[in-house]
Amino acid sequence: MEVINEVKFIMPSLSVNESTARAVVSSFLIQADPSVEELSDIRTAVSEAVTNAVVHGYRNSKGVIEMTVRLLKGREIYIKIRDRGCGIENVEKAMEPLFTTAPEEERSGLGFSIMQSFTDSLRVRSESGKGTTVIMRKKLKNHE
Amino acid sequence: MNVDIKSENGYAVATLNGEIDHHNAKEIREEIDRFIIANQPRELAMDFSNISFMDSSGIGLIMGRYKLISECGGRLVVKNPRQYIKRVLKISGIERIVRIVNDRL
Repeated sequence: MEVINEVKFIMPSLSVNESTARAVVSSFLIQADPSVEELSDIRTAVSEAVTNAVVHGYRNSKGVIEMTVRLLKGREIYIKIRDRGCGIENVEKAMEPLFTTAPEEERSGLGFSIMQSFTDSLRVRSESGKGTTVIMRKKLKNHE
Repeated sequence: MNVDIKSENGYAVATLNGEIDHHNAKEIREEIDRFIIANQPRELAMDFSNISFMDSSGIGLIMGRYKLISECGGRLVVKNPRQYIKRVLKISGIERIVRIVNDRL
């Protein structure tokens, strides 16, 4: 993959940084001139991934969340969000719609469903006790 | 303030403002719940006209208020979600249990 531009953003796992991450990805994407819908989709997917890291990855601790956003040749957006928190024991189960381990916080269990629906591909790597990495890709349409 | 609630004759409208994510959903939730418990409205409409962003935290917010107001004998309505928010609502299937209405063009 040919990288045209890249930004790396490191933030502490504070819930206020859910909106900071959205702002960073929005600013970066301006150069690619996405449609309003494409920008909304990516902002939402990023918000879900960062929220997962805050709420689940660092459930009983604080830590660092790393976000990498790349603009690739062919108007493709690559987003990696990584935490070094508790990890997910069963990724397949966690990706089932409506599955949540935090119902008391009114988590709907739809985070991964939204990431999947709003991007072209979603890959989740996780190891118990070591953390979780979410990689999403979305190709932007050409528009005149 | 993220939410502004007006009520008349048992019918209430909670106008939500700004963005709904995990960080700020808690404040909105607490404010609406205090109102529901104190006033027991027959109907509460959550108005999304002024919401510029919502992720799945908004679904949790709607579901939680739906449960509380149902327990109090009232009903919940979701008003005026923008097109983009409708897509998030659609993924959740929430329109099967909560009425979604538009009263603004």
